[in-house]
Amino acid sequence: MHETITNVVLAGLGGQGVVKASDILADAARRAGLDVKKAEIHGMSQRGGSVTSDVRFGSRVLSPMVPRGEADYLLVLAPSEVDVARPVLKAGGVLIPPDLVPEDALPHPRSLNVALLGALSHHLALPEASLLAALQAAIPERLLEVNEKAFALGRAAAARAWGAGA
Amino acid sequence: MERKLLSGDEAAALAAFDAGVALGTGYPGTPSTEILEAFGALGGRAQWAPNEKVALEVGLGVAYGAARALVTMKHVGLNVAADPLFTAAYTGVSGALVVVSADDPGMASSQNEQDNRRYAVAAGLPMLEPADAQEAYDLFFAAIEISERWRIPVLFRMTTRVCHSRSLVMPRTQRQVPPSACFERDVGGRVMIPTNARPAHRRLRAKLAEIAHFAEGSALNPLQDGDRKLGIITAGVAYFHAAEAAPAASFLKLGMVYPLPLERARSFAARVERCVVIEEGDPVLADALRAAGIAVESKPEMYRFGELDVPRVRRILARDESPEPAAPTGKPPELCPSCPYHPVYAALKQLDCIVAGDIGCYSLGVLEPYRAMDTCVAMGASIGVGLGLRHVLPAEQARRVVSVIGDSTFVHSGVSGLIEMIYNPPVIGHVVLVLDNGTTAMTGHQEHPGTGRTLDHAPTGKVSIEGIARALGVPSVTVIDPFADPGGFERLLAERLAARVPSVIVARHPCVLAAAAIRKWDKLGTERREAISCTACAEE
Repeated sequence: MHETITNVVLAGLGGQGVVKASDILADAARRAGLDVKKAEIHGMSQRGGSVTSDVRFGSRVLSPMVPRGEADYLLVLAPSEVDVARPVLKAGGVLIPPDLVPEDALPHPRSLNVALLGALSHHLALPEASLLAALQAAIPERLLEVNEKAFALGRAAAARAWGAGA
Repeated sequence: MERKLLSGDEAAALAAFDAGVALGTGYPGTPSTEILEAFGALGGRAQWAPNEKVALEVGLGVAYGAARALVTMKHVGLNVAADPLFTAAYTGVSGALVVVSADDPGMASSQNEQDNRRYAVAAGLPMLEPADAQEAYDLFFAAIEISERWRIPVLFRMTTRVCHSRSLVMPRTQRQVPPSACFERDVGGRVMIPTNARPAHRRLRAKLAEIAHFAEGSALNPLQDGDRKLGIITAGVAYFHAAEAAPAASFLKLGMVYPLPLERARSFAARVERCVVIEEGDPVLADALRAAGIAVESKPEMYRFGELDVPRVRRILARDESPEPAAPTGKPPELCPSCPYHPVYAALKQLDCIVAGDIGCYSLGVLEPYRAMDTCVAMGASIGVGLGLRHVLPAEQARRVVSVIGDSTFVHSGVSGLIEMIYNPPVIGHVVLVLDNGTTAMTGHQEHPGTGRTLDHAPTGKVSIEGIARALGVPSVTVIDPFADPGGFERLLAERLAARVPSVIVARHPCVLAAAAIRKWDKLGTERREAISCTACAEE
C-alpha cells in the first residue's frame, strides 16, 4: 500500500496569511477529488511568531504532518523563515522563496500568500480550475480581483523561473 | 452529501449539532476553543462559562434533565472541572454528557503536557479518542450512544493535531432527534451523601465492567491484519503516524482508550512476533496492557516528551535512542507592537517588581525586552502566589510583589484569590493588577462574563471587575488606562506599592487586535436593544 502523495509546507510569520494559503490549497485538493490532510499549530503563533502549515494530498493520506526532509515543496512568505523551514524539504525539493514575486509588483502588500500559491500551482498536477475555485470560495468578493491578479502574477513568475515544462 | 474539509474541532461540533446536543458550554483553551464557536455558528446553543468547573456543572444539569450536553475544555481545564467530574461518574446522567478534553502534547500553547487519559482511569469514565476529523465526527455519536446506554458521562480526548488538522469528513445525511428533556427524580442516585454514594460507587464499577465487555467486540477498536512480524497497538493521531511508518504491520487501533479491550489486545499480541505500543505522552496504554500480563513493548522514555510524528515512530520501531535532530527554532511570539500592556510591563520593570503572573497573552511579558514576570503556573494562581510571597519575603522584597492577572483569567478563578487577600491580608498589603483588554485575547478573542457579551457577541449581563473588588471590601480600587497615560500608570503603581494596604488596579484598554470588532459588537448590541424596546412599545 504505497501511494504517492504530494507534501507541501508553507511557512511565514503570524499575520502573513500562511494558514489562509494552506486552506485554499487543501480545499483545491478536495475539489480535485483527492484525499487531503492539513496540519498547523494555532495559538501563540497569532502573536507574530513563526507559523508553518503542512498540506498533504493524494489518493490516501495517513499522518497529517509532513515528515522532516520529505516535503516536495516549501513555500516561504518571510525571508527570516527560509533557513528555519528548509530542513523539511527533501533533497531535490522545490523552494518557493518570498522574493520570487517582488514586493512592489504585488497588487496588494498582503497578497504575497496568494501570489506564491500561484507560483506553487505551476508545479502541481492539481487543475488550475480547482485552485481558482478554492480561491473564490475563501476570499471575500471585494478582494477577489486583487487576489486573482496576485495568483496569476505568481504563476507567471514561476513559469519564468522554472520554465514552462516544470 | 459532499465531503467537507474540517478540523477535528469543527467535525466534533458538526457531530454535536447533528446529534441534537441541546447545549454546549466550556471555557476557551487552545486547542479546544473552536468547537463551541463552530457549534454556535451551526446554530447550536453554545455558551462560554466563567470556568471549566461551572461549565461541567451546567452540562451535568442538562444531562440530568435527560437532554444531550457537550462540555469543552483544554487538558488543564479538566483539572479545574475534576471535582464535579469524579462524583458525576457516581451519579451518572439521564441524558448524555460528553466532556471534551483537548490535550496538548508538545505544549504548542500550554503550561504542561499532562496526559488526561489518566483522568478516565482515575474517575472511572469511558474515554474515546479520535484520530482525525472523520473519527471526531463518528466517535462523537458513539460517545452519545455510550453515555445514554450506560447513563454515564463520557470523556472525549482530542489532541492538538486532531483538533487543528483538517481532513475530509463525510457527514450523516440526517440530524438525529434526541429524546426530549424531562426531570426524573432519583434522590438515591443523585444526592451523593455517603449512604447513597457507597452503592453508587459499586454501580459505577458494574457499568465499567459492562463497558469493558462491550469494548472487546466493538468496532471502535478495529483490528487490521498485516505482517505477523510486527503488531502495533495504538490510538489517536499516533495511529496515522504508525500506519505511515510501518504500512505492512498488523494494527489494533483503539478508539476507546478506557476501559481497554484487554482480551482482544492479549490475542492480538499473541498472534504477532513483536508487539509495540505507539502512543503519545505517558505510557498509559503500555502500562495497562503490561499490568494485565500482556507482553508489549513500550516506547523508550525519551518519546514521552513532545508530539509523535512519522520520523519519531520510525525511531521507536527501530529502538533508536540516539539524540534527535534539534527542532527548528523559529521566531517566538511576542506582545503585539501596539499592545496596551507595553506601558504596564515597562512600569513593572522600571519599579523592579517581583511579578506573580498568570495565563494569557500577557504571559509574553516574560520575554525580552521586559522579562517582567517571575511566576506563571495556572489560571488564577497569580493572586495566591503573590500573597504567599508577600507573607514570607523580607520587607524590602515583599513590598515589590505584584500579582498580574488578565480580565478573563480574573473571572475564571481570580475572584477566590481576591477573597483570600481580604481574609488573610499580608501585613504590608498587596497589589493586584488586573489587565483588562476586554477579551480573552490569547485564545482568539472570546467573550467572557466581564465583556457583557455572549459567545456570539450579543449583549448580556456584564460582571464588573472593579465592582467585585469593591464588594469584597478591597480598600483601594482604581481603574486606569495605562495606554493613554503611561506616566500616570507608573506613578499609581509606585504609590500602591508603598501604601501597605490591599489594593486592586484595573488597567483597562481594549486589545489592539479586538478593538474594532468590540466597537462593532457594541454598536450591534445597542441597535438590538433599541429594536427590542421598540417592539415592546409597539406591543403594548
